[in-house]
Amino acid sequence: MTAAPPPEVLRAPLVVEFPFTRSLGPVQSAFLTGLRERVVLGARTSGGTVLVPPAEYDPATAEELRELVEVAPAGTVTTWAWNDHPRPSQPLATPFAWVLVRLDGADTALLHALDAAGPDAVRTGMRVRIRWAAERTGAITDIACFEPDDAPPPGHPPAATPHEGRFPDPVTRIVTEARLDYTHTPGRAQSAHLAALRERRTVGERCPSCRKVYVPPRGACPTCGVATTDRVEVGPAGTVTTFCIVNIKARNLDIEVPYVYAHIALDGADLPLHGRIGGIPYDQVRMGLRVEPVWTADGRHPDHYRPTGEPDAAYDSYKELI
Amino acid sequence: MSKEPVAVIGIGQTKHAAARQDVSLAGLVREAASRALADAELAWQDVDAVVIGKAPDFFEGVMMPELYLADALGAVGKPMLRVHTAGSVGGSTALVAADLVAARVHRTVLALAFEKQSESNAMWGLSLPVPFQQPLLAGAGGFFAPHVRAYMRRTGAPAAVGSLVAYKDRRNALKNPYAHLHEHGITLEQVQASPMLWDPVRYSETCPSSDGACAMVLTDRAGATRAPRPPAWVHGGAMRSEPTLFAGKDFVSPQAGKDCAADVYRQAGITDPRREIDAAELYVPFSWYEPMWLENLGFAAEGEGWKLTEAGATELDGDLPVNPSGGVLSSNPIGASGMIRFAEAALQVRGQAGAHQVPGARRALGHAYGGGAQFFAMWLVGSGLPGS
Repeated sequence: MTAAPPPEVLRAPLVVEFPFTRSLGPVQSAFLTGLRERVVLGARTSGGTVLVPPAEYDPATAEELRELVEVAPAGTVTTWAWNDHPRPSQPLATPFAWVLVRLDGADTALLHALDAAGPDAVRTGMRVRIRWAAERTGAITDIACFEPDDAPPPGHPPAATPHEGRFPDPVTRIVTEARLDYTHTPGRAQSAHLAALRERRTVGERCPSCRKVYVPPRGACPTCGVATTDRVEVGPAGTVTTFCIVNIKARNLDIEVPYVYAHIALDGADLPLHGRIGGIPYDQVRMGLRVEPVWTADGRHPDHYRPTGEPDAAYDSYKELI
Repeated sequence: MSKEPVAVIGIGQTKHAAARQDVSLAGLVREAASRALADAELAWQDVDAVVIGKAPDFFEGVMMPELYLADALGAVGKPMLRVHTAGSVGGSTALVAADLVAARVHRTVLALAFEKQSESNAMWGLSLPVPFQQPLLAGAGGFFAPHVRAYMRRTGAPAAVGSLVAYKDRRNALKNPYAHLHEHGITLEQVQASPMLWDPVRYSETCPSSDGACAMVLTDRAGATRAPRPPAWVHGGAMRSEPTLFAGKDFVSPQAGKDCAADVYRQAGITDPRREIDAAELYVPFSWYEPMWLENLGFAAEGEGWKLTEAGATELDGDLPVNPSGGVLSSNPIGASGMIRFAEAALQVRGQAGAHQVPGARRALGHAYGGGAQFFAMWLVGSGLPGS
């Protein structure tokens, strides 16, 4: 007898990405539109503190902040960290320093990138200035980055100057592309289920405590909280317990509408799985319809389920599975 | 030591809308919170802690938005707590805030819930493709429509009941200035002629996608004594959950919902909800959920919920008005929707519901559910001190 081969662990990339909209509100709108016009705005609190970037509400008092001021495009590094391995979406493609910069006239520091030759060329207290992007749209990336500033620092701290924050054609909404990259693994139970599907068999798992058969299996019984290891082949035929007719296309689904989205209790399973019904006009699908899987050559799952031609199941035979 | 009685003394909502492009997330929550404080005639420094809730972060794409919203809600230097129970979160958030007061951890707590659906796409957020799984699901409507069909089969309810609910709630919304949908001149025929999206659920029987926020100020007896307007007192509150899918799950009438209601009624001394509760704000995102919840919550026997709807009992002038505000069918900033139910129940017993006031309402139920009929949160509020 030879040892069983280790079970195959499936893995696949899972990318979640969306172009989220941001309604900016009055303060962020003025700030980002200002960057487009090469003007850096801050918000002055009732206590006289100048916040750059501006906040809508005073972090200390919760007061609404609407008094805007303009600060200088140059300032002082208050702290920094060297980034040796820039990632694709970061401000610079070559190694750079993340810096917090207190612009002249501001009391708080702004996070951005500093284009410097190396970590030896960066220090807290160094003078830096904004390098503006050639094309500006009203976004934080309108500041391409900061760069070292050799000009002598101002003799006295320059004051922020009042600014109405009004510009022609203000930016009121921006789109921020967000992307998360995961590695997904379905785990032992689902991997075994998927392996059986390759042989066109549907295999679930039985709870050793309540004896219910879960298809697809999750590896544990959600009711009893114990591992399910006892494999049980179910189907291939089953009963439509309930369904809906989908007439609206979902953003990320490539299925022609209308289609029938059904709950199907495969023979021997104790809860329904979800599948599409085909091989019958959508308006003739009914609760109790007996169906069987239809496979395509390359499909991991049944493409859809079609009527077996058997008489419909009696309501009492599946009503507990709805 | 007994619990401290909890009073709702301030309520604020935004005008719910398809897209509030005039405000940031911070501006949106601020609007509701400022109105709740104004109602209570309190200032930011009078609040001891902030409890905030919203539905999945994918609905705006801001991870942990509570960190960014602390400034707007005056939470700096105070405890701030985020609650997350999917669509029921507005209710759960209110209950967590109430428990903090009841346990005498804090005296005055701001509870706030929000959603800005226009910044993302909820149907996308609820149907993320998972590797190795078959992509089939068409948003929340596709998920819930089969359960509506199962309810119709189980009870023999006539097909028109769903349209009656939508017609009622949309007319109620016309009396609520904060409601998103104001469909002036709506007719039952229009509802019944609207497109079938997820058969048996029609377009007009479906909740809208809204931007909005709701806030409440909860306080103790001393705080209630100082409040300028009548408080709503919390007579009972509970949460229950169960898995989304398990063998034996009853999607039509989930056990967790029954258990949650039973707990609330026990706390509040309610033995006959139909007779003892004057108004109910139930989380009805698809019209058929009104008769389904009427049964689940014990207002009607199993199989009989649709008869209350059909007989007009749940109309604004019926003997059990359900969703006088217009409900989720008229405003659905998802994370806030549960709190709006709780707040509207409180408005009713405070006598502050304006044109959609149920005359003389003394006890009202606020109800929320979320996930795949997975999380339940409810409270019962009254015009009098609990036990009085």
